Amino acid sequence: MNLASRLKQSWRMLTMVFALIAIWIIFQWVTDGAFLQPRNLSNLFRQMTVTGTLAIGMVLIIVAGHIDLSVGSVVCFLGVILTMLMQKGWSAESALMVTLVSGIAISAVQGWLTAFQKVPAFIVTLAGMMIFRGASMGVTEGVTIPLEDSWIKTFGSAYLGQEAGWVLTFVAIVIFASLRVQKYRNSVAHGVSTSGFGSTLAMIVAFSSGVLLFNSTMSRYEGIPYPVLLMIVIMVAFHFIATKTVFGRHVYAVGGSVEAAHLSGVNVRKIVLGNFLLMGLLTTIGAMILTARVESAQPDAGQLLELDAVASCVIGGTSLMGGKGTIYGAILGALVMESLNNGMSLANLESFWQYIVKGVVLVAAVWLDVVSQKSSR
Amino acid sequence: MVAQQLLELHDIVKEFPGVKALDGVRFDVLSGEVHALCGENGAGKSTLMKIISGLYPYGSYSGELKVNGTSRKFLSIKDSQSAGVAIVFQELSLVKELTVAENIFLGREPSLFGIIQTTEVLMRTSALLKDLGFHMDPSQKVGDLGIGQQQMVEIAKALALDAKILILDEPTSALSDTEIEVFLETIRRLKKRGVGCVLITHKLNEVFAIADRITVFRDGKSVTTYNAKDVDEHKVIADMVGRELTDMYPRVSRTIGGPVLAVHDLTVPHPTVPGKNLLEHVSFTVRKGEILGIAGLMGSGRTEILMSIFGALHGPRTGSIELEGQSLAFASPQEAINHGFALVSEDRKRLGLVLEDSVSRNIALASLKRVARFGVVDDSNENKIANDYIDALRIKTPNSASQVKNLSGGNQQKVVLAKWMLTKPKVLFLDEPTRGIDVGARAEIYKIVNDMAAKGVAVVMVSSELPEVLGLSDRVIVMCGGRVTGEFSRDEATQERIMAAATRFS
Ligand SMILES: Nc1ncnc2c1ncn2[C@@H]1O[C@H](COP(=O)(O)OP(=O)(O)OP(=O)(O)O)[C@@H](O)[C@H]1O
Ligand SMILES: [Mg+2]
Repeated sequence: MNLASRLKQSWRMLTMVFALIAIWIIFQWVTDGAFLQPRNLSNLFRQMTVTGTLAIGMVLIIVAGHIDLSVGSVVCFLGVILTMLMQKGWSAESALMVTLVSGIAISAVQGWLTAFQKVPAFIVTLAGMMIFRGASMGVTEGVTIPLEDSWIKTFGSAYLGQEAGWVLTFVAIVIFASLRVQKYRNSVAHGVSTSGFGSTLAMIVAFSSGVLLFNSTMSRYEGIPYPVLLMIVIMVAFHFIATKTVFGRHVYAVGGSVEAAHLSGVNVRKIVLGNFLLMGLLTTIGAMILTARVESAQPDAGQLLELDAVASCVIGGTSLMGGKGTIYGAILGALVMESLNNGMSLANLESFWQYIVKGVVLVAAVWLDVVSQKSSR
Repeated sequence: MVAQQLLELHDIVKEFPGVKALDGVRFDVLSGEVHALCGENGAGKSTLMKIISGLYPYGSYSGELKVNGTSRKFLSIKDSQSAGVAIVFQELSLVKELTVAENIFLGREPSLFGIIQTTEVLMRTSALLKDLGFHMDPSQKVGDLGIGQQQMVEIAKALALDAKILILDEPTSALSDTEIEVFLETIRRLKKRGVGCVLITHKLNEVFAIADRITVFRDGKSVTTYNAKDVDEHKVIADMVGRELTDMYPRVSRTIGGPVLAVHDLTVPHPTVPGKNLLEHVSFTVRKGEILGIAGLMGSGRTEILMSIFGALHGPRTGSIELEGQSLAFASPQEAINHGFALVSEDRKRLGLVLEDSVSRNIALASLKRVARFGVVDDSNENKIANDYIDALRIKTPNSASQVKNLSGGNQQKVVLAKWMLTKPKVLFLDEPTRGIDVGARAEIYKIVNDMAAKGVAVVMVSSELPEVLGLSDRVIVMCGGRVTGEFSRDEATQERIMAAATRFS
């Protein structure tokens, strides 16, 4: 990537980070210092995990030029399957296995209809949204199903111990630093243009301080929550898929121009189907985390989750026209959305305000994007 | 080395609803030769190439396709690629959001366990570009490149395949003369390596510069195949159009009136590079009934002049623009159109046509006020008008309701022309108006442009084809590095003078 577009991209991420910091400062002030308490931040990160996990998959789907509106309902439906099976005496492992298979099957059908039968994803998944909400209500008969005791609850409210947290932080820093140095060496060896060792060093320092700050804040409460750890692992894995694999490259190509991708020999339908299958996996994980957090499955769980996920992507710079978007951006977007939720609840703002404010932020983010793009044309 | 037969096609028939695009075609390619394919727009050249490359799968056509003597049934592009066929499509097929390197390796990324070897991609791209003599940054986004450079990426992409059979469907239509030289040199090198090349182009000088054999298509049939040594341009043209073409650039006497468009000191800063200007102190006038040619190399700012005046460039600009003595500054193309401007743009896919829409709707799009009554579009009127233009410009289409995307490239260009002619403009901007257009149609377009000028339209034409600039213009200005570096009257203008001015970097 050349300097101009790289600058443009990191500029986008930087404004996001600054916007987030601004939001945090405002809430800190409005809530008389309650917002930035380690306890609240820990909560905040825990709350964003479901939206964040779904947003990760949503980025790829949107980048390929589609959308998945069914994830909220499917998360709910999968939660119902999980809890009901365990209630019937199934072990956590086998119940989760069946849930995963169901999640993949649902997304496979939706992906097949979209990719192979050419029914627009908007319609397919809008239908899915209705069908699985209905199914959840029917199967539960409107009542809450409690989650039996099992290791699954770890992903609701358990925390990684302090020592483990520090060890992980240290390992992450070492891995990151060695990867960066390796990359720098590579580019020097191959004479591919680089911006000197300074920027490599700066990135390592920035990353390290970020991770250290995160971990020390978390350990001033109970430690890193397991669901947050899980989300981070998924985020890194999907960032890798999106940027380093053939599959990921093809997703961006399909979204950028179906025609060109097709003419280049890319199997467009398989790519789209693959996207949906990944989304099925993430929906299952999202269902597991949500069920574990509320320790039950409820027929109205996960409502509007799909829109939160889409909004996170879009705030994070994903273009609904396809071809553009990053995993990290989406996570940042999810963090913005959840900060708004959390901060406004903390400030005892009535819930109608929360909707209004979230809507305004969504439009503002995209508007800024459009304006900044126009001026650089 | 004895040339062996790499590719053979027999009795190929391909029908689309309403058209028989290919009607019993035979064609072959030998190793180490360039086989040029000539024919009018819509003759079926691209269709045949799409069959060879597997884009139209086996079963959608009839006839036989043999590679290296064995009969093949390609079902997809992947099949033909693995049989050693590479193709540069007529219409650009690149992903704008991806980089040069990523595009070149799209669909065949070197990978280990599904992970792309990024450094390898970059290094192989650099090596390839260097080998080809193309100067560009492998990590630049394709969307940020000009159309000429994009076409070079497209060529590099095909060459990266190491193919035995290389198909080039109008590869040079957006290249500058120097780029074309580099390109032809590359083809000569590939020839020596034994690659068999199919070259489709409407530029006959290229054909005679490089082809060993020439096949002429007319109306979906292969008419004749010559050894290039044995024929000349006139014979090929006569075979293509089925008649003799005498004078490409008839001199029409026109009365030139007073100034219509006067541009003074137009300066447009570069949108991303501070301190650099796309245009610097550009001044010129065009009079009523005059054709002003703008010559210059690719990237010299010719297109930007038109776009800037037309209100299609965002961002600041200084200087004055006067239309019939009135000072104007268009903020949008719509304003420009309302004031009697028309722009036939060089990238018809992006800027000129709604591909999914029908021929008649595209023609009417910029003049709906004329076609509609009380805001309601009068369909039959629209059709009648469209049919008039289809006849006048000899647009080859089953009917006016056919989708534009199904027309051959050259006929799409004629639709763009028709669309703007219908707006009855005072000032007509033409940007590479004959890109991808066959000789016969070219002569027709020149006649149309001449006629429009004779009716009092002020025409500004940007073109990379010097004969066209010289043959058509009353006056020529030459651009270099965003400035006007030369101005010549019709009698003063020569190829040498224009080229000298076009390379006068100051
Ligand atoms: N997908 C399609 N559907 C219907 N008709 C088509 C389609 N593709 C091409 N045609 C028609 O087939 C004929 C041959 O088109 P083709 O694109 O092969 O011409 P060409 O020789 O490449 O012309 P050009 O020089 O303008 O590129 C044209 O009449 C065109 O309208
Ligand atoms: Mg063609």
